Amino acid sequence: MSAVRLAVPDEVMRRIRAHGVDTYPHECCGALLGRDGDGRREVIELVPLANHRDDSPRNRFEVMADDVRLAEKMAHEKRLELVGWYHSHPDSPARPSEYDRDHAWPWYSYVIVSVQKGVACDVTSWRLQEDRARYEREEIETVAHPVGI
Amino acid sequence: MAVKVIIPTPLRAYADKRESIEVQAATVAEALAALTTQFGDLKKHLFAEDGKLRSFVNVYVNDEDIRYLQRDQTSVKAGDTISIVPSIAGGAPKRGRVFPWPRKR
Repeated sequence: MSAVRLAVPDEVMRRIRAHGVDTYPHECCGALLGRDGDGRREVIELVPLANHRDDSPRNRFEVMADDVRLAEKMAHEKRLELVGWYHSHPDSPARPSEYDRDHAWPWYSYVIVSVQKGVACDVTSWRLQEDRARYEREEIETVAHPVGI
Repeated sequence: MAVKVIIPTPLRAYADKRESIEVQAATVAEALAALTTQFGDLKKHLFAEDGKLRSFVNVYVNDEDIRYLQRDQTSVKAGDTISIVPSIAGGAPKRGRVFPWPRKR
């Protein structure tokens, strides 16, 4: 059983899937704004962002530091936190790659949607363990509405 | 001279949960060295095994990206603020390779 959970409104889940389909066969990416505390993390809204990996957009994504700062600013203005990121794996499973691990920090939630032949399939979420050796999967709890709104 | 280093939220757990740390330094390299000496667990998240900043870790001095200054030899002066900002990168595995995750027992 997973030790960590991520509450995600069904509308946010729908938009993550739709973004993955829209950009297929390229990877999509974006930020997740929400709240973290008291043993619970919840996403409130998402911020779709541009994938800057023009050289290999089918199996790579990159959110530039300026966009990261923009997402942090948006979260601050909404009195939320930047709790994680999402991206798609076109025609690949919704599991983190070694490349994902090399470019991750602990604490963030990394949500991955698998898009198979243009159809959004599994959505999973992961957190990098503190020793950077592997990911821990976190259970996604789909909720009807953002909690606390 | 004293400069302030802003600790990004994901790494605060490794810095006594503090939002910022004041260190004595004359360059960015000295500031990051002082920071990771004080909080050793930060090191592996900022630096790769070869001792260089991880490729996705960006450093700013008062909103200026150090890549456009003198990189880690960029001078800092009293009152400067150093920010550590990640680029977020990743992607699907090649040929079906995925990172190992805990096996079911």
